[in-house]
Amino acid sequence: MLKYAVKRVAMGLLSIFIVATLTFFLMNMVPGGPFVAEKSISQEAQAALAAKYGLDKPIMQRYATYMTDFLKGDMGVSLRQRGRTVSGIIFSKFPVSARLAGIAVLIALLLGIPLGCLSAYNRGKLADNTIIVFTTCGIAIPSFISSVLLLYFFGSKLNILPTVGLNSLASYIMPVTALAIYPTAYITRLMRSSLLDVMGQDYIRTAKAKGLANFKIIFKHALRNAVLPVITYVGPMLAGLMTGSFVVEKIFTIPGLGREFVSSIVNRDYTMVMGTTIILATLIITANVIVDILYKVIDPRINLK
Amino acid sequence: MKEKLLEIKDERLSFFTPAGEVKALNGVSFSLEEGEVLGIVGESGSGKSVTAYSIMGLTAFPGKLIGGTIRFNGHQVDQMTEKDFRKMRGNEVSIIFQDPMTSLNPVYTIGNQIEEVIKLHTNKTAAEAHDRARELLELVGINEPEKRLRQYPHELSGGMRQRVMIAIALACEPKLLIADEPTTALDVTIQAQILELMQELREKLGMSIIMITHDLGVVASMCERIAVMYAGHIVEYGTTDEIFYHPSHEYTKGLIKSIPQLNAQEIERLVPIEGQPVDLMNPPAGCPFAPRCDSCMKICLSKMPPETVLSDTHYTRCWLRQKEAMEKGAGTDE
Repeated sequence: MLKYAVKRVAMGLLSIFIVATLTFFLMNMVPGGPFVAEKSISQEAQAALAAKYGLDKPIMQRYATYMTDFLKGDMGVSLRQRGRTVSGIIFSKFPVSARLAGIAVLIALLLGIPLGCLSAYNRGKLADNTIIVFTTCGIAIPSFISSVLLLYFFGSKLNILPTVGLNSLASYIMPVTALAIYPTAYITRLMRSSLLDVMGQDYIRTAKAKGLANFKIIFKHALRNAVLPVITYVGPMLAGLMTGSFVVEKIFTIPGLGREFVSSIVNRDYTMVMGTTIILATLIITANVIVDILYKVIDPRINLK
Repeated sequence: MKEKLLEIKDERLSFFTPAGEVKALNGVSFSLEEGEVLGIVGESGSGKSVTAYSIMGLTAFPGKLIGGTIRFNGHQVDQMTEKDFRKMRGNEVSIIFQDPMTSLNPVYTIGNQIEEVIKLHTNKTAAEAHDRARELLELVGINEPEKRLRQYPHELSGGMRQRVMIAIALACEPKLLIADEPTTALDVTIQAQILELMQELREKLGMSIIMITHDLGVVASMCERIAVMYAGHIVEYGTTDEIFYHPSHEYTKGLIKSIPQLNAQEIERLVPIEGQPVDLMNPPAGCPFAPRCDSCMKICLSKMPPETVLSDTHYTRCWLRQKEAMEKGAGTDE
């Protein structure tokens, strides 16, 4: 187990290194730069800015500098948000996105797993069909539509929920709902198909032949086996949501990491692009390690090597 | 005469699928005394498993009992509800399935899965259930039972897992053990061990066994009586000797001919039964085996043959035998 953990951490670090390297070179290969688009700045000023941030140096030298600084824990200063460090921006914005994502995923799990079970248990009946219709909508409707609809009905028409920011508990309702719709629908469907698959397994027939009651068969014998695909899905999804949703944060004016992510790319804020990408990669890799360990806890057949 | 443990009369069962009604059982009757071992043989889809499952109420969803009566151990099984079945399953009647590799839940220990059924049907405490589970593992010939109880199914071999399945089945000392092709998925050497174990346990515990198989070698070594099933009918029923030495139905003869002979003088080809099993959605009007039968007569295609009694313990459903019997002047049960 310890050997496994060490190996996974080493592999994770290697993955992060590769992601950082690829991002660095790809980003610099794209024509343009952080100061190029600003017409108001003169050529001399652009050159001076580039020199100030070291952008006039050869790319290999910049790469070496960035990586050594990064190893020391310095992700540099933002090229476009003057005077702010990348880590400062990430540390102030990340908790906001992470909190929203955490609540959304919790809701998705708490609703999705029971709904999926209910759906599978009543296969072909009214409850199942209703759930299928709603989950299909939930998967098909993009978040910018659901966000706008929520905003229109609850924020504007009924005027019962705040529409901007995250200043009160009530203001969490709409963004969390908008974030949770897709994962809830997805988990419901995943849980349904997985449970139906497990219910057809031989060991469920064995459980039935022992004389166990239906709820015991589902909760003891089926659920533990059926929940594995859900866990596989939830890990990376949580990581993705924690780095913020651009659409939801933009629509509800939430100061989260998702907006920084997108605007840093649009603005060619090289250091911010690197910072946010590395954070996302780290989160996804961490989530996957946690998923693997959870797998081992749930299914003893899995051998962590 | 002893009270019969199991008595099935004219059982009819169909699966109502979207494509139509599949007539799986078309009037199956047989009985079983306490301690008796009955073999049910037949090809896939002949209704042998369905017959056995219906005793436990385990017929899968579109299947429905549409006629006949089943009496087991004083219960009117055909009138039972799911709740009644739950009390009976694993307690009075148990089953061993074909594939031990997939019949145990991979995420629970062997101990957990054996103790579960003990706790369900008895008032034993956790510690007593644990002791009983260890006793059962010893009974089915598993060494180091204490260690095995803590292991997961994937840590055991196929033969061991089938022994565990047998331990689970015997946990509450059932009156009837249904073995649904218990050796099909196992290696030949392990097959022999499992059969030997079942023989031994039957002598020790005295339960009845219904052995479902398509392996005539298995029934020959284990069973006292054999029912040969074809297309949802019992086409021949008799003692093991009668079936093997005096097969009367053309299908039974075909089955026996298709067994490889160890003492054959020269290299012989096995004789297969030509043709396809019948479509149970549209069963023929006459004998279901008629289209594949070498000795098919005109009447075979239009009327189902009645039971021709050949001895107190032996009957068949074949027009050929019926004709012979009538020529001899012997009576039939019709």
